[in-house]
Amino acid sequence: METLEPIVSELPLFKGLKPEHIQIITGCAANARFEAGEFMGRVGGPADRFWIIRQGRVALEIHAPGRGQLTVQTIGENDAVGWSWLVPPYQLRFDIHAVTSTRVLMFDGKCLRGKFANDPELGYELMQRFSQLILRRLEAMSIQLLDLYGDHDGEHE
Amino acid sequence: MSERAAAAAPTPNVTRTDPMQPAPWRVVRTEPETHDAFKLTLAPVEAGPPFTFEAGQFNMLFAPGVGEAALSMSGCSGTVDRVVHTIRAAGRVTKTLRTLKRGDVLGLRGPFGKPWPVGLAEGRDVLLVAGGIGLAPLRPALCHMLEHRERFGRVNLLYGARSPQDILFAKEIETWRGRFDVSVEVTVDRAGADWHGRVGVVTTLVPRAQFDPANTVAFICGPEIMMHFTQRELERHGVPDESVWVSMERNMKCGVGFCGHCQFGPLFVCKDGPVFRYDRVAPLLGIREV
Repeated sequence: METLEPIVSELPLFKGLKPEHIQIITGCAANARFEAGEFMGRVGGPADRFWIIRQGRVALEIHAPGRGQLTVQTIGENDAVGWSWLVPPYQLRFDIHAVTSTRVLMFDGKCLRGKFANDPELGYELMQRFSQLILRRLEAMSIQLLDLYGDHDGEHE
Repeated sequence: MSERAAAAAPTPNVTRTDPMQPAPWRVVRTEPETHDAFKLTLAPVEAGPPFTFEAGQFNMLFAPGVGEAALSMSGCSGTVDRVVHTIRAAGRVTKTLRTLKRGDVLGLRGPFGKPWPVGLAEGRDVLLVAGGIGLAPLRPALCHMLEHRERFGRVNLLYGARSPQDILFAKEIETWRGRFDVSVEVTVDRAGADWHGRVGVVTTLVPRAQFDPANTVAFICGPEIMMHFTQRELERHGVPDESVWVSMERNMKCGVGFCGHCQFGPLFVCKDGPVFRYDRVAPLLGIREV
């Protein structure tokens, strides 16, 4: 039977990891599919998994009273969604919503957290890689907050 | 000089070749582009030498009684009988320009400045990265590349706007997207749930583009911070600074390097720019006050 191992090892998030670590990660992975409009998770819900998009697009959304559902960021092919599974209290910070029909690799975070206890090296490696992901998202969000294209972007007159 | 002497002084012999003397141009068409941006099509009132410009150059548009603003041309480059500007109504002059109607006359000086080095991009992959109204100065470069498509490698347009309502050239973007020889990615900084496109900063589009970093030319136009972060992302993907070009915006007044208003360290943005190779301006971008 074909396993997910070759696919997992080629994902940018896991590239370069030791084969035994890829094997452990693959053991916690499964294919999944979400229809357009389907919610993969809701704010406050349990963060016990994360996803890597193989095809399609996912939106991180937040509900603002009086303004409805606002999209904070969209995430596309080969990118990871979800890091709350790494940090207590393991609750989702955003609604996660499939914008288009989306195929993902779904990883059981609870399963991986359990493996970290026996393999701190794997835990450290993944923490490093997710920290970079969080850093990039944080940087992107701070640029968004600058409202670069707002009125202050006017010509000098 | 005394008032009498001044009164007696001969009128300066100003010709249309004087770069400080605006020529009258008539508005032949005005169209809204977004809620705060509009397209102005102009034709010369007087017969004269043909108007020729290159992608990335700008004109000084003079709204009588209000003032002048430096505005890049957004129409296809070359020798033209009409000039097109896509302008965001952001200040006194541009807000006045938005009120102009067909038949109104304004003053135009130009074209000025150094263009995008489209010739250098021949035979190479191209990344055009635009933020906000920055798509307008890049449009002539894309237009040129599409006209001479066989001369260029993979052409990518990466465009970031504030919201779906702020996307410039929305219909044209759809046309470009329909072509198989150009890749167009658009993202917005904020959107409601009714927007099915991408949300996030323009830098997040860089990993989506297909290019060979060692054989790529990138043209970036947008707010300075956006250009800085884009360059950083390009660097992360292996594009050297010598292959990155940016269009700078400064307080341009004369347009020809006389007045010094747009001085940026040792450079005059109006004359030495507005398009600069990134490594030429990078040391200056880090300085808080120039």
